[in-house]
Amino acid sequence: MKKSFLFLLVSIVSPIYLLAQIAIKAEILYPVSAAPIKDGVVLIENGKIKAVGKASEISIPSNYKTYESKTVTPGLIDARTLIGMSGVLNMPVDQDQLEKSSPIQPELRAIDAYNPEEVLVKVAREYGITTIHTGHGIGALVSGQTMIAKTKKGTTDEVVIKPFSMLAMTIGHSVSEKFSSPGTKAKQISMIRAELMKAQVYMKKMLDKDSTKHPTFDLKMDALSKLLKGEVKALITANKAVDIMNSIRLSKEFGFKLVLDGAAEAYRLIDEIKKANAEIILHATMARNEDEMLNMTRESASILTKAGISVSIESGYEGYVPKTRIVLFEAALAAAYGLTFDEALKTITINPAKLLGVDGRIGSLEVGKDADIVLFDGDPFEYTTHISNVLIDGVVVYDKIK
Amino acid sequence: MNKIKIFLCFLCIGVNASAQQKPIAFKGALIYPINGAPIQNGIMVVQNGVILSVGNDEKAIPANAEVILVNDKVIMPGLVDTHSHLGGPEGGDYSNPINPEARAMDAIDPTSDGFKKALAGGITTINVMPGSGHLMSGQTVYLKMRDGKIIEDLLFTNEKGVYGGLKMANGTNSMRSGSGFPGTRAKSASLVRELFLKAQAYKKKIEKAGKDSSKMPERDLAMEPLVEVLNGKRVVHFHTHKSNDILTVLRLSKEFGFKPVLHHLSEGWKVADEIAKAGLQASIIVIDAPGGKMEAINLTLETGAKLEKSGVPVAFHTDDGITDSRLFLRAAALSVRAGMSREKALEGLTIVGAKMLDLSSKVGSLEKGKDADFIILSGDPFSIYTKVEQTWVEGSKKYDILNPADRAFLTGGYGVFSSDRGEFHHHGDDEEDAEVGN
Repeated sequence: MKKSFLFLLVSIVSPIYLLAQIAIKAEILYPVSAAPIKDGVVLIENGKIKAVGKASEISIPSNYKTYESKTVTPGLIDARTLIGMSGVLNMPVDQDQLEKSSPIQPELRAIDAYNPEEVLVKVAREYGITTIHTGHGIGALVSGQTMIAKTKKGTTDEVVIKPFSMLAMTIGHSVSEKFSSPGTKAKQISMIRAELMKAQVYMKKMLDKDSTKHPTFDLKMDALSKLLKGEVKALITANKAVDIMNSIRLSKEFGFKLVLDGAAEAYRLIDEIKKANAEIILHATMARNEDEMLNMTRESASILTKAGISVSIESGYEGYVPKTRIVLFEAALAAAYGLTFDEALKTITINPAKLLGVDGRIGSLEVGKDADIVLFDGDPFEYTTHISNVLIDGVVVYDKIK
Repeated sequence: MNKIKIFLCFLCIGVNASAQQKPIAFKGALIYPINGAPIQNGIMVVQNGVILSVGNDEKAIPANAEVILVNDKVIMPGLVDTHSHLGGPEGGDYSNPINPEARAMDAIDPTSDGFKKALAGGITTINVMPGSGHLMSGQTVYLKMRDGKIIEDLLFTNEKGVYGGLKMANGTNSMRSGSGFPGTRAKSASLVRELFLKAQAYKKKIEKAGKDSSKMPERDLAMEPLVEVLNGKRVVHFHTHKSNDILTVLRLSKEFGFKPVLHHLSEGWKVADEIAKAGLQASIIVIDAPGGKMEAINLTLETGAKLEKSGVPVAFHTDDGITDSRLFLRAAALSVRAGMSREKALEGLTIVGAKMLDLSSKVGSLEKGKDADFIILSGDPFSIYTKVEQTWVEGSKKYDILNPADRAFLTGGYGVFSSDRGEFHHHGDDEEDAEVGN
C-alpha cells in the first residue's frame, strides 16, 4: 500500500510520466529516410520515436493515445531564418539581427538575442516547422553567430540544440549599403582576409604548450578560430555569381567549411560549387527577384538537385511584408517547379538536418530520433491542405481543433 | 500613292489579325464561367476579341471555326488584379501628403517586363496604383494586358467613362515626418475631411454654373478627380489595415457619400459586420505570415473567409511587388485553405474585382459578348501543381507556357528580367519605413 502510494507520487512528479505515450496512424507515412509507408504507424515513447512501420506489423499498446491522419512527415526544418531575432513588428525594438557598429563581429552570440516567445516562432511552429537555424542576419561581413533551436515553448536554454552553429557572413553590395566601409567588393574581401589572418596567428599562439605565451583571450579571435578549426561553418550569404566565387576563394584560402546562403546564381556555377564541396542553403522559391537576386529562377532547387547537389530551402530574411516566409510553402513551390515530391520534402527535413549536423536527432522518422512529427489532412504541399497536429519531442504543440 | 495604299492595306491586315476574325472554339475543358455553374466538357467560342458562346453544345461551333482541343484543361476568365504596382506608377512625391492630380498613367512604362509576369500569372486586367505612403497618392489606372508601346494602348475605360480610380491610404502608411504629412490618425482624417469639404464647394460651383461657362470655376487639377469621386464616377481605392482605420474610412464614406473599395484589410476580420453594413467591398491581400509593419501584425489567412461569412464582396489583389503576380491564384487558394468557399474565391479572382473597377460588363466572367479574356490551366485552379498554360486577351494569345521566351518570365533566370518589378512599392529594408511601421 505504502509502496504503491510512493509509486503514484513518483509517477505524478516524474516529467517522463507527464509525456503521454502517443501513436500516430497515417494513410501515408513519409519517414524520408525510407520509402513512403501506406497505412503506417509511429510509436512515441518518452519524446523519442520507438517504432516506425506498417500498421499491420506494429501493435499499438492499449495505454497509448492514438492520432489518425492522412499524411505524416517528420517535423520540418527551416535551414536559415531570422525569426526570434528579427521580430514581427519590424521596429528597432524587436530587430536584433544586425549590429551596425562594426562590419565584423563574430563574437555576437545568437543565444543572447534569441526570443523564443516571438510571435513568428509560433507561426512557424503551427506550420509544422519544429526546428530552425536562426541567428544573426544579412548585411555585415561577419554579422555574428547562428544557433539551432526547436520551436517549442521554453527558455532559450531549453529549446536550443546548438548554441553556436555557424558564422553568419555576407558578401555583396548589401554590406556596403549598411557600412561606410567596406564600400567596394575588393575592400570587403580584403577586410575579411585581414581578420582571418589575424585569427590564424592567434590560433597558432594559443596552441603553444607554454601557456604564458598565449595571447589575451579575445572573443572575436576565439570565434574566428572555431571557424578555422572547422568547429563551425561559414554561412556566407552570396547571391551573385561573382560573390559566390569570392566565397569559394576565401574558403579555399583559409580552409573553412563553406555553406552558401541565398545562392541565387548557384545554378550557373555547378561545377565550381561541387569542386569546392560547398553546401547550399537556397533562397526561398518565392523570394523577390530583385537587386542581387534579379537572376534567380524558381527552378534552382531542381537544377541543383539534378546536378547532384544537396539542397536545403530556407525562409531567409524578409525586411518587410511578409516578415517571414514559411519553408513548407517554399518547398511546395519547388515541388511545382521540377523537384519530385520526395526531393522537395528532403529540402526541409533530412537535407538541412545533415547540413546542420543534427541528423542524428532530427530530419527523418527513425527509431531513436526526436519525436518531431507533423500531421496533415492531405498532400502536405497542397495550398488547401491543413496541418492538424504538430509534435515536438513527443509533445503535441499544435492541435488545429483546439 | 501606291505606297500609301500598300501601307494602309498593311494596317488593315494588322487590325484584322488582332481582331481575330476567324472564330476559335475551345473544346473539352472544364469551364468555370463564374456567372454560372462549372461546365464539364465545355465549349467556348471566341471571335473578333469577344466571346460568342459558352456551353457544351457542339452545334455552337461555327462551321468555319478553328477547333482547339483542350481536354483535361480548365478554362476560366482572365484574372482581375485590383491592386498592383507593376510598370512603375510612382504617383505623388513626398512634398505633400495629398496628390489627387498625380496620374499613374504619366509614369507607367507600358513595355515593362513586369506585365509579362502578370500574363504568366493569368492576370489580364490590372488596377495599377500609385503610391504608397500618402493620404492620397494619385490617380490609378485600369489596364488591359494588350500589347502596347504607349500607355493609351493599354488603358481600359470603364462603364462610368473613366480609366482609373483614386488611391487613398490611412493609418501608419501615410503618417510620416515633414512636408505637411500627418503625424497622427486624427490629423490624417481631418486633412482628408478638409479636402473633401473643398471638393464639395468646388462641385457646387460647377453645378451652379450649369451650362454658363463664364460662371465655371477655374480649372483645378486636384479638385477635378475629387468631383468625379463625389459624383460616383471615380472609385476611391483605400489602403486601410487596422480595424480602427477601417472604421475611419467607413465614417468618411458616410460623411461625404462616396463608396470606396477597401484595400488590404489586415484586420478586416475584426470589423467584417461593420463593413458589410456599410455596403462596401473588400479587396484583400493574402500574405504567408503576419508582421513586417505595425499595420500587418494581426494579419491572417482567414480574412477572406470571415468577410465572406459577413456578406462582404471579396476580391483579391497582388499589390505586386508585395506578392508576385505569377502567384495570384495562390491568394485565393490559401483563402480556401482558411475557410473561404471555392465559389467565392474564384469570384474574388475575377468578377468581384471587375465590379470594383466598374468593368464587369466587359470582363470577369465568360459570357456571350464579353471580352475574350481567359486562361487555360493545367488543372484545378487551387492546386499548387497547376500551371497557367495560356493567357488570352481579347481573343489573342498573349502567353504560352510552351513558348520558352514566355516561360522564362514564369521561372526567372539569368538576364530574364531587366526593368521595373514594382520596386517603388517594395519598402524592403528602408529604415524610415521600419521605424514608422509602414
